[in-house]
Amino acid sequence: MLILTCPNCGVTAEETEFHAGGEAHLKRFGPGSSEEEFEGYLFMRSNPKGVHFERWRHAYGCGKWFHVARDTTTLEVFGSYSAQTTEPPQDILDTIEDRRPGWSPAERPA
Amino acid sequence: MKKYSAFAVAREAMRHHTGWNRAWRDAQPKKRYDVIIVGAGGHGLATAYYLGKNFGITNVAILEKGWLGGGNTGRNTTIIRSNYLQDPSAAIYEKARSLYETMSQDLNYNVMFSPRGVIMLAQTEHEVRGYKRTAHANALQGVKTEFIGPERVKQLVPIIDLDGPRYPVLGGLWQARGGTARHDAVAWGYARACSDMGMDVIQKCEVTGIRQEGGKVTGVSTNRGDIDCDKLGIVVAGHSGHLADMAGFRLPIESVALQALVSEPIKPCMDVVVMANTVHGYMSQSDKGEMVIGGGTDGYNNYTQRGSFHHIEETVRALIETFPMISRLKMLRQWGGIVDVTGDRSPILSKTPVEGVFVNCGWGTGGFKAIPGSGWGMAELMAKGHSPLTEAFGLNRFREGRFIDESVAAGVAH
Ligand SMILES: Cc1cc2nc3c(=O)[nH]c(=O)nc-3n(C[C@H](O)[C@H](O)[C@H](O)COP(=O)(O)OP(=O)(O)OC[C@H]3O[C@@H](n4cnc5c(N)ncnc54)[C@H](O)[C@@H]3O)c2cc1C
Ligand SMILES: [Zn+2]
Repeated sequence: MLILTCPNCGVTAEETEFHAGGEAHLKRFGPGSSEEEFEGYLFMRSNPKGVHFERWRHAYGCGKWFHVARDTTTLEVFGSYSAQTTEPPQDILDTIEDRRPGWSPAERPA
Repeated sequence: MKKYSAFAVAREAMRHHTGWNRAWRDAQPKKRYDVIIVGAGGHGLATAYYLGKNFGITNVAILEKGWLGGGNTGRNTTIIRSNYLQDPSAAIYEKARSLYETMSQDLNYNVMFSPRGVIMLAQTEHEVRGYKRTAHANALQGVKTEFIGPERVKQLVPIIDLDGPRYPVLGGLWQARGGTARHDAVAWGYARACSDMGMDVIQKCEVTGIRQEGGKVTGVSTNRGDIDCDKLGIVVAGHSGHLADMAGFRLPIESVALQALVSEPIKPCMDVVVMANTVHGYMSQSDKGEMVIGGGTDGYNNYTQRGSFHHIEETVRALIETFPMISRLKMLRQWGGIVDVTGDRSPILSKTPVEGVFVNCGWGTGGFKAIPGSGWGMAELMAKGHSPLTEAFGLNRFREGRFIDESVAAGVAH
């Protein structure tokens, strides 16, 4: 069971209050993009064994979306942050670096 | 390989069972193989088996990081059926179901295939329409299924409550030749047959890298050294994305946990498999008498082989509505497996951007039933470069928008 904190309303609750929304920071491709880019955006996922940046919605709370950094092999939550950003903030990256020495943000897919 | 038979049992009984051999050799990795299969689950082993049996390719290694069948193959609830909607699915699942019928004889290994019949309950008007449509599609595909009314459901499943508080049972999609099999035996039977053909089944051998030269695979790195190969089959279910990452491409797959549980053993009370997709639960009774129960997947990416308790609670709540008599049952065990889910709920059997590398994955919550058909098609794909069974399941279908939408047939996870 995950315990998450919604950065929008500050509530900390267990996972039944939230809805998982899949990989975060996908770069959106639309008209004019190549087939490969469009396919990548729509379907391809990094699905990492380890650090994962993902979207969650506070479904039974304030109803808003936010982002979480979490380890898929230990279920450790590194922190949550606003959805209004295209990449994880430095303090989240620092926490991950601290907890997973040697992990490099470069491993994140573009 | 010594053949198993009633005669062999009698003979061994006479000499204190001293004459049994190991079912498969404990092989050490060689320097090079024609084909390496990563993952000794049902799909990997079946692929190797049909490579040998149908195409005479036996210089094959099957590499397994843990123990044989220790992935989803040994963790599933063993439902076998082929009542899918789309033609390519019906073809591969029905091929598999029909191979299950003769698998024990074919492998000389008792996989305990039990075609006891599977009912998928229709509990909303929408489901009634959906299953009637599937029954019609199945008739055209040559898959024998039937839409049955509530009285017939009650006849087949006396312990069911047709007038549940939320969703009354309005009918069901019935496949009389669906059923269950013993999951470990499927893995063990294939492993024994592969080993007998001279293939190496190598356990505790984890692939950690995929080596390539000029866009073509040359071998793998493992915790037991480098091994070369001409062709590589990645058949690792929940770990497919991880292996694809080693090879340098991405897959349209998310790995999530799927849980199951079994009750204490009770006297025989239900001799068919019942699935209730609207309320998210399904149940069958094992030969030992345990009620085998499963439900839906957990919502988020997960590699831990355990899931969240509230999903179990949801499943059990739904099943108590449908089968009130189980409300006092004690549950014995609960576990999870990491399943590989695609957007259209259909598998991927395909070439990849790396020459010589093939993937067989995306079976998600329902691939046990497909093991022999998938191995049959995958072996043909790897040996000849194409197969009628796997053609529609290529990776290119996502780019081309040719989805094989089975979100209705896949329904609840099974
Ligand atoms: C709880 C549950 C219930 C289910 N119920 C049903 C059901 O009723 N009916 C049905 O049809 N299906 C069901 N399924 C789905 C079914 O179990 C799977 O689709 C099927 O078993 C997949 O088989 P596989 O051979 O592809 O994968 P697996 O059996 O998971 O085998 C993959 C193997 O690859 C190995 N591996 C991974 N990474 C590496 C590496 N780097 N190096 C070497 N080896 C590696 C793993 O250790 C594993 O043994 C269920 C699944 C679960 C979890
Ligand atoms: Zn909130």
